[in-house]
Amino acid sequence: MEMRTTFHKRLREIQFEIMVMGSMCSKAIVRSIEALKNRNQELAHQIIADDQKINDKRFEIEEKCVELIATQQPMASDLRIITAILNITTELERIGDYAVGIARIVIYIGDEPPLKPLIDIPRMADLTVDMLSRSMDAFINRDIEAAKKIVNEDDLVDNLYDQVFRELLTIMAEDPKTITRATRLMWTAHNLERAADRVTNICERVVFIVTGKMEEIGASKY
Amino acid sequence: MEGQNNTLMQNMVKADNQNKPERADSMDNKGILEVQGLSAWYGKTLAVKNISMNIKAQTITAIIGPSGCGKSTFIRCLNRMHEVSHGGRTEGCIMLDGKDLYARDADPVNIRRRIGMVFQKPTSFPTMSVFDNVAAGLRLTRFFSRRWELEEVVESSLRRAALWDEVKDKLHQSGASLSGGQQQRLCIARAIAVEPEIILLDEPCSALDPSSTLKIEDLMRNLVAQYTIVIVTHNMQQAARVSDMACFFLADQDRSGILIEYGKTSQLFTNPKDKRTEDYITGRFG
Repeated sequence: MEMRTTFHKRLREIQFEIMVMGSMCSKAIVRSIEALKNRNQELAHQIIADDQKINDKRFEIEEKCVELIATQQPMASDLRIITAILNITTELERIGDYAVGIARIVIYIGDEPPLKPLIDIPRMADLTVDMLSRSMDAFINRDIEAAKKIVNEDDLVDNLYDQVFRELLTIMAEDPKTITRATRLMWTAHNLERAADRVTNICERVVFIVTGKMEEIGASKY
Repeated sequence: MEGQNNTLMQNMVKADNQNKPERADSMDNKGILEVQGLSAWYGKTLAVKNISMNIKAQTITAIIGPSGCGKSTFIRCLNRMHEVSHGGRTEGCIMLDGKDLYARDADPVNIRRRIGMVFQKPTSFPTMSVFDNVAAGLRLTRFFSRRWELEEVVESSLRRAALWDEVKDKLHQSGASLSGGQQQRLCIARAIAVEPEIILLDEPCSALDPSSTLKIEDLMRNLVAQYTIVIVTHNMQQAARVSDMACFFLADQDRSGILIEYGKTSQLFTNPKDKRTEDYITGRFG
């Protein structure tokens, strides 16, 4: 018989809040790449403004967790879920910041002519957003196999990052006048690479919730 | 939303199932009290079934579990108090420093001196003074040729029970004049006066207010440097706060208490191995 109905209801609500926050962050990354592709300054400004909502959501979730710890003294898997949520919410907040990073780059680029067609950077973004969305499923389903699989997929993002980096270096070597524009794209790719790394941290917390073991599953090469 | 909640609950259970239940014990560690295959009856009712565990020296071991799971019966077996109950009978053995407490030549009175007990309700002797309450057990077990020798032991026991400063000016007042928390510490002073090796505490704080409870918990942490402590408690937070090792008892289908899990407190309360422990300490049943 369920004895702590109110507590478990509140704990479930916080987990749904994490899902909401995860979706806000996915959307921020998607929109940042859309802004980059379309040189959409207005959208870039909107992403920066909307990041405040992600930050607010993070503090809201943290406050609820602290309140549950203080008033309900959670134990065992409940305690692991709450501590994991405290970490996951920080990781998500940083992913939101990477979207802001890309939006700022869009503003710096302004109406400069494109350096090259954007192919690998949007692919990096697609992979990262897909990993993020599946990490949220793994979290809510307590699916450690899925979590471990997502961690391994970080290599794909890292490889694309390598590719973008090498390509941009070549462009810069051939024509030093492109250095400013190429560096901006490098920073965009870097933001996406970091965001994917944060997703792997979320997956490690999913494993912790289930097994109680804190372990680094796959170290990113960056 | 409701449907999602159900799925979430099922997933939580699925995740919990991945923590394979296994019989936890610490049989590889040499303990001061080795319990082997202990069963206890009240008449024909089997209250505690086949418990084996080693209780380590100079640690606090907490026993938790729902009402009627045999915690108190088990702890009363540890100093042969169970056999005093109506129809009380045990099987199996309990070794203290390698000697069976239930051996034919074992003296229960001597065992109860070596393994002291403090009960749920403070059991100070109301007609005796504070001083005599502490001296009561001492006078039965030791001969004091000089009064100051007795006074010295009483004072040191009251100091170790963190009560001396509160009662030093009223040693000759009745024990019943003290508050509940003070009386419980008086009982602890009486128990430690006879220099036991082990102290058993059966729900020692359940009748006390939070501040007296915290004093008793601090006292336990201080005493554990010298004594082995076993505490039965309904309060899981208390078990988590004070103990080094914890074990979870549960009644089986025959309503007999069995040991489900025994391990380090830090592990048992953060990552229990058995799903039944998990469900109990997270309040999913009880």
